[in-house]
Amino acid sequence: MKRTPMYERHVAAGGRMVDYGGWELPVQYESTGIKTEHLGVRSKAGLFDVSHMGEVSVEGARAEEWLSSLLSNDIAAMRDMQVQYNIMCNESGGVVDDLLVYRYSQTKFLLVVNAANTDKDLAWLRSHLPPEGVSMEDISRRTAEVALQGPAAEVILKKIADFDPASLKFFYFVDGVSVGGIPAIVSRTGYTGEDGFEIYVDWERGGEIWDAVMKAGEGHDLIPVGLGARDSLRFEAGLPLYGHEFTDELGPLEAGYGFFVKLDKAGGFIGRDALKRQKDEGLKHKIVPLRLEDRGVPRQGMPVTDEAGRVLGHVTSGGYSPSLDANIASCYVGTPAPAEGENLWIDIRGKLKKGVVIKRPFYARSK
Amino acid sequence: MARIPEGLHYTKDHEWVRIEGGVGTVGITDYAQHAMGDVVYVELPEVGDEVAAGDDFVVVESVKGANDVFSPVSGKVAEINDELDGAPELVNQDPYANWLVKLEVADPSEAEKLLDASAYAKLVEELEAEGS
Repeated sequence: MKRTPMYERHVAAGGRMVDYGGWELPVQYESTGIKTEHLGVRSKAGLFDVSHMGEVSVEGARAEEWLSSLLSNDIAAMRDMQVQYNIMCNESGGVVDDLLVYRYSQTKFLLVVNAANTDKDLAWLRSHLPPEGVSMEDISRRTAEVALQGPAAEVILKKIADFDPASLKFFYFVDGVSVGGIPAIVSRTGYTGEDGFEIYVDWERGGEIWDAVMKAGEGHDLIPVGLGARDSLRFEAGLPLYGHEFTDELGPLEAGYGFFVKLDKAGGFIGRDALKRQKDEGLKHKIVPLRLEDRGVPRQGMPVTDEAGRVLGHVTSGGYSPSLDANIASCYVGTPAPAEGENLWIDIRGKLKKGVVIKRPFYARSK
Repeated sequence: MARIPEGLHYTKDHEWVRIEGGVGTVGITDYAQHAMGDVVYVELPEVGDEVAAGDDFVVVESVKGANDVFSPVSGKVAEINDELDGAPELVNQDPYANWLVKLEVADPSEAEKLLDASAYAKLVEELEAEGS
């Protein structure tokens, strides 16, 4: 298994290490556990080691045009130093990966992709690279990353940043700054539904940035947070996870992320025609959020049924939501899908458990 | 090291049973509750259900997933701990005080075939050494 620069620190902090896509990372820490870590991020702040994520730099005169031809969102409409969520589709309108695009300028970009898909993404990108006008470089192994998330994130970062984080707007980034004396890229982004920052440094400085942020967080109840809570936080916040809401076959429109798919942008993109057809014909599937009323915890893959047990679809993500103190599920079903207030059942190990369709998102932070 | 009280019988799947008269009180061990993480739901059987030793008769759901609990002995469900309905986390807080099911035990001597505290302690020591 591969290790991030913070491995020793996780072990020292009581991290329960697991194999996550070939990386040895903590799923939780002994003294806290998933639920406490989850609630800690929502109420104060948590620090995540996300150094396993992939980073790709893209440069060249044709960089903007090329990225736009591969990605669903409107790259050309981005401002410099802005971050944009994008979905990279295949020809059938399914998903290769979802990612963040950091735009420096029309000719220089940074892509941040899922750890589990990094190799696949690189192969896909390389196979679509034109003979000239664009070059790309995989900088994943040189780049460590931490995510500082929660209502106290800004006040913590302010203590050790050489810029004022209050001036960094949501989904914008800065480069050439230093955090704890370490050169960094900082974006106001995250995967929890809370305010927060993602901080990128050179791989060798990974341990130092972890220490610097943890120290700055003393007195603010900053806790380290593992993969278990990372998943429960993103799921509660309605954020998709590749392999669950998006797959090779499950595309962005049916998953409910059409906002990030610009079917009419100039030049189109791979998958556009298939997605336009889906839209024109009317989406045949939809993901609806469900809150369980009967006892039981829904999990990915469980069948979604009607009252009689007839299978209507499956659960893409499910589990206990600490913030709602309820069991919730994202249900992929055929259209017309049940409306808010209507019922669906989940087959949990042979027993049908009743739930009620609620409005998205499961959790939204209060402004 | 996990807590392993004397006077109980243990299984290699991390259940414990206390036999008093014809009643077997069953729960999961400290090692088990720690390994599975925060318990969010306990699915208990019905009073009156017949259970054979080795049957999966309870499911303890943690944030990480569902864990089957196997009955250490055969019997009929006499009582279920309905305190766990509203407070499943009691299992994490004290897995010995917060039992799951009480069985009318058909044959109390069945429990003699299980592990005693020191045999179970050895098993746990090996598991903890492996880092599992």
